[in-house]
Amino acid sequence: MNEFRRAFLKLTGGAGALVVAAASGLLASGNAWSAAWNKEGFESKALADAMKSLGATNAVASKDIVITAPDIAENGAVVPIAVTSKIPKTESISIVAEKNPFPLAATFGIAAGADSYVSTRVKMGQTSDVWAVVKADGKYFVTKKEIKITVGGCG
Amino acid sequence: MSEPMRLRATLQGDVADVRILMRHPMETGTRKDAKGEIVPVHFIQSVTVNHNGKTVLEAQWSQAISRDPFLGLRVKGAKAGDKISVTWTDNKGDKRTDETTVAAPS
Repeated sequence: MNEFRRAFLKLTGGAGALVVAAASGLLASGNAWSAAWNKEGFESKALADAMKSLGATNAVASKDIVITAPDIAENGAVVPIAVTSKIPKTESISIVAEKNPFPLAATFGIAAGADSYVSTRVKMGQTSDVWAVVKADGKYFVTKKEIKITVGGCG
Repeated sequence: MSEPMRLRATLQGDVADVRILMRHPMETGTRKDAKGEIVPVHFIQSVTVNHNGKTVLEAQWSQAISRDPFLGLRVKGAKAGDKISVTWTDNKGDKRTDETTVAAPS
């Protein structure tokens, strides 16, 4: 665990080499076969950039989005997060962990045949706000929830 | 070769509750192995869920999704015996598809 922690601290401490290494790895292998993958968003290192890549810079806060997650997660490697959107015509749901090295964790495109609900498990490096970004009928809505992390899960 | 996913789809009314557990290391590219060398980034980038051949969910993931990823969703208008298939693709281009049928509530 210490090993992971050290690597993580190095990363967040601004030693950009690791980040660059990770990013170039993605560049080399990611692009050729998956045009639709939001490379810009997933490589963003700041919340604002991640939001921008989603097109959600003018998103409106909404009470119709529910994030189901623990207030305190003991293990940052496995943080269960479920998002339910009660907004009609929900097209996509994104999960953004603000203080992760790469904040954007996932985007789920919801087709007509599925409920606007997704559940997954994400890694979180430290206590942070988690944002759920919902695109519905061309507009963007957000809500957030703070999740406290006891042991970081960047490894 | 990748290991099979564990899939379960259970009918609740006319909605199928689908739970998917994939087997994947989901390496972030920042972790070091016992020799102190960085383990290369290796993670599932996209997941597609089909209901009777029609796409109902398309996910794009980063390396922030936990190891052995879990995905839960609900498929509307499902009936017992409907086919749910799941395909993932990782950043090395590996793919895997598994299929299950919607089970009636027990």
